[in-house]
Amino acid sequence: MDQALYNSLVDISDSPAARAGKADLMLDRARWAATVFDRYDRAATMAIVDAVAEAAHAMAGEMATKAVEETGFGVAEHKKLKNELTARPLVEHYRDQDFVNSRIDDARKIVEIPRPAGVIFALTPSTNPVATLNYKILLAMMTRNAIVISPHPAARAVSIEAATALARAAEAAGAPSGAIQILETPSIPLVEAFMTSPKTNVILATGGTPMVRAAYSSSNPAIGVGPGNAPVFVDATADIGAAAQAIVASKSFDNSILCTNESVLITVPEVENQLRMALKSAGAYLCTDEETAALRRFLFHPRGFNVEAIGRDATWIAQECNIRVPANTRILVTPITQIGVEERLSKEKLCPVLALHVAKTRTQALSQARAVLRLTGAGHSAAIHARDEAVIMDYAALVEAYRVVVNAPCSQGAAGFATNLAPTFTIGTGFFGRSSIGENVGPQHLVHWTRIAYNADRKVPFGNFQGVGRAFRGQLPTAPADGVPGTAPPRFAAPTPAPSAASSLDAATKDELRRLIAAELRDLLRK
Amino acid sequence: MSQAKTEFLERSKTFWNPGKTQDWIDMGVDLVIDRREGYHLYDMDGRRLIDLHLNGGTYNLGHRHPELVEVLKAGTERFDMGNHHFPALARTALAEALQAVAPGPNFKYTAYGSGGGEAIDIALKTARHAAQKKKIVSIVKAYHGHTGLAVKTGDDRFSKLFLSEDAQGEFVQVPFNDLNAMEDALRGRDVAAVIMETIPATYGFPMPEVGYLPAVKKLCEKYDAFYIADEVQTGLMRTGEMWGCTKYGVEPDIMVTGKGISGGMYPIACVLISERCGGWLSEDGFGHISTMGGAELGCIVAMKTLEIIQRPEVRTMVQYIGDYLRAGLDDIMVQFPDFFIGIRQHGVIMGLEFNHEQGAKPVMKHLYENGVWAIFSTLDPRVLQFKPGLLLSQADAEDVLRRVAIAVELARDEVMGSRRRTY
Ligand SMILES: Cc1ncc(COP(=O)(O)O)c(C=O)c1O
Repeated sequence: MDQALYNSLVDISDSPAARAGKADLMLDRARWAATVFDRYDRAATMAIVDAVAEAAHAMAGEMATKAVEETGFGVAEHKKLKNELTARPLVEHYRDQDFVNSRIDDARKIVEIPRPAGVIFALTPSTNPVATLNYKILLAMMTRNAIVISPHPAARAVSIEAATALARAAEAAGAPSGAIQILETPSIPLVEAFMTSPKTNVILATGGTPMVRAAYSSSNPAIGVGPGNAPVFVDATADIGAAAQAIVASKSFDNSILCTNESVLITVPEVENQLRMALKSAGAYLCTDEETAALRRFLFHPRGFNVEAIGRDATWIAQECNIRVPANTRILVTPITQIGVEERLSKEKLCPVLALHVAKTRTQALSQARAVLRLTGAGHSAAIHARDEAVIMDYAALVEAYRVVVNAPCSQGAAGFATNLAPTFTIGTGFFGRSSIGENVGPQHLVHWTRIAYNADRKVPFGNFQGVGRAFRGQLPTAPADGVPGTAPPRFAAPTPAPSAASSLDAATKDELRRLIAAELRDLLRK
Repeated sequence: MSQAKTEFLERSKTFWNPGKTQDWIDMGVDLVIDRREGYHLYDMDGRRLIDLHLNGGTYNLGHRHPELVEVLKAGTERFDMGNHHFPALARTALAEALQAVAPGPNFKYTAYGSGGGEAIDIALKTARHAAQKKKIVSIVKAYHGHTGLAVKTGDDRFSKLFLSEDAQGEFVQVPFNDLNAMEDALRGRDVAAVIMETIPATYGFPMPEVGYLPAVKKLCEKYDAFYIADEVQTGLMRTGEMWGCTKYGVEPDIMVTGKGISGGMYPIACVLISERCGGWLSEDGFGHISTMGGAELGCIVAMKTLEIIQRPEVRTMVQYIGDYLRAGLDDIMVQFPDFFIGIRQHGVIMGLEFNHEQGAKPVMKHLYENGVWAIFSTLDPRVLQFKPGLLLSQADAEDVLRRVAIAVELARDEVMGSRRRTY
């Protein structure tokens, strides 16, 4: 539709009314889709979920390449992997969980009926545009919710392409039309219109802190998560070689664009040299003080992190800072002596630059790890490499993070891809991180349960709910378009009308009849 | 009824229209519409009604749609009605927008009226000029408005009253869905145009039989008559497509759109004219003059209305609303098979048929008492016009069904006598 045809004389497209109108229309459509989706049984639901996962898997590589082209962030090959992980494996992880049928708890005399949220408004970031989109859409489909995606403007084109393809796959598999929608012209005021609309049931916010805070300020239920800044502690008891391998693999994975990537490496003097050697042989370049200073200047502008550097290769960043590094360098390591406001390198870095701090003692190391998260990233992720369970326990109980990855790459591990945590692209930062959820966000967060509760008194028997399911009526039948060839015929034979008392009256008496009926109605009204 | 309303109704009788005011009271509908928003009307006593009348689609997008209010307000910063004698920015812009969505490639011009009736008159005059013939064929119980020519195409109840019925035999009426009668009327080749409501609204939406409308168009071609589609109630997405005639496979020569095109905010009606019929616009462009026809503020609102209606979401909404209400109405129909005997439907154009000569009136009354406003068909009071808006929310749709079930039962008991409830 050519907008100029309609707006050339008076253009209100930038008015609050236009934004609210746009939001209302998409959200009302989503509400209709959610209403119909709620009629689907588990088999119909899973058929849609699988179709979407297959579509996401099939285009994982293409979308990865396009995401890198559009945003300049990350490594296509790693993005492909993430796009794949958020397709089939995500579904497999939840395959045995049933968010459709009711469940019976005989012991507590409670029956629970799943009730989907309804309409989800989901923000997706520029850093992991397609993986996050896959993940949120599949979560919505598993739980029979409708979802409206608002992509980050920097990843708009690839997000629209991916979401459109997934919506098509979903509808081809029977999903209600409009169950998956994407906002094609995201802007801050428009996003606000969606977030504050009473037609939005829950906001799933992943992205910059301002967006997350806006989601929580919207007056709607929100699941928003804060930024990361993961400390990784390499203890004296660690397998140093393996630790270095894991850290370099994690830091270089998609060039550290996952918010679960290690940000500050903390270790103790006993193993410092050994760790430096191991990092080098794993592909890290250890910077001198001058090089560190150059990186500090390059990465941190007065306004914040240099977006130019997000998700870039280590060699590209080195070149920008006039640091000569071997061509096969995977990450840059910058030694720092302080942690806190005075050392910008101890903040989150969504690029393959890792700060290295050597604490005097283990105790100090733990306190420095806490300091990292106090600076930013509270409630997010942390990692530790150690063999001593007591140390692991101390560390985990002390750091204000809701997931502590042990002897594994944190980027993947905290997001549930190299551990048995739930695979996610929304890391709940919980109360530490000003969020409502402290675990990896999953489908269970998009459904609430109606609980049928019986009298707890033992003498009162519990009902037998085996085989008592609610009716799943499935898709709405298509209404007929009378007189149009090939449209749906009436769905049941209308009974032949008994001849009505009045039908035999001729035209001459019709006026009389009219009067009679009017009088009749008047009478009835008085009753 | 409040004292204030009683007093108001007296004033309405004194100063405005005593007959109409009293008729509604007699029918049990003491409605005085005050506040209005979306698909909700509020009686001056504060009672809320869900509007399923929409004045025939005038409020397709709801009452006071915020974007239409906004565009009208913004429009007043620059425009007023404009000068109808001169080339006008907004009239031309709307004409261009309409041509882009016209139901066929042959449409070229738009002429404007200030209301549907005037637009119908323009359409009939246009056809007569192009055909150089006078006769007009319409459908028995058609309704095309009450202006000079339009009123002659309709039920004579409205023309006789004013001694304005056709006396020259220029206006012929044939029964709907009767191709033989249509051919008989056209056979003499003296007919300028057949005018067709795609689905006759005021007659309770009897549906064209499969193939009927295209066959009428064929007959028009065969006997050199033009086909005028009155899309006042069936256009603007109410069938799930922009124009109802398109759904039935008809490309008219002239098409009239009104009601909804105004967004309910600023009166306007439009006649889309194919190149073949538009000769008078070159021969004598001053041939039809109307000071308020195509008022430029109306054009501004109409363009926004067209833009909104074409958003892809609207199409799905119409589908959902039609399917959902139909499924629910089917359920209700099964409960009252002796009274609620049929549903006529195309998209969100619906007629509910009751097994009593005036059956729609008690249903209307009970719906009214139960918070829904839907009107009976003036020309077939067995049928209730059931006209939900294009953007009806799921919650409102569900609420409508709940209220309809209640009202139909009450009306049935009233008309047929109580049957199953034996308290
Ligand atoms: C099909 C149809 N055509 C024309 C008209 C006349 O429109 P107006 O009342 O704006 O003159 C109406 C009005 O109800 C109508 O329903």
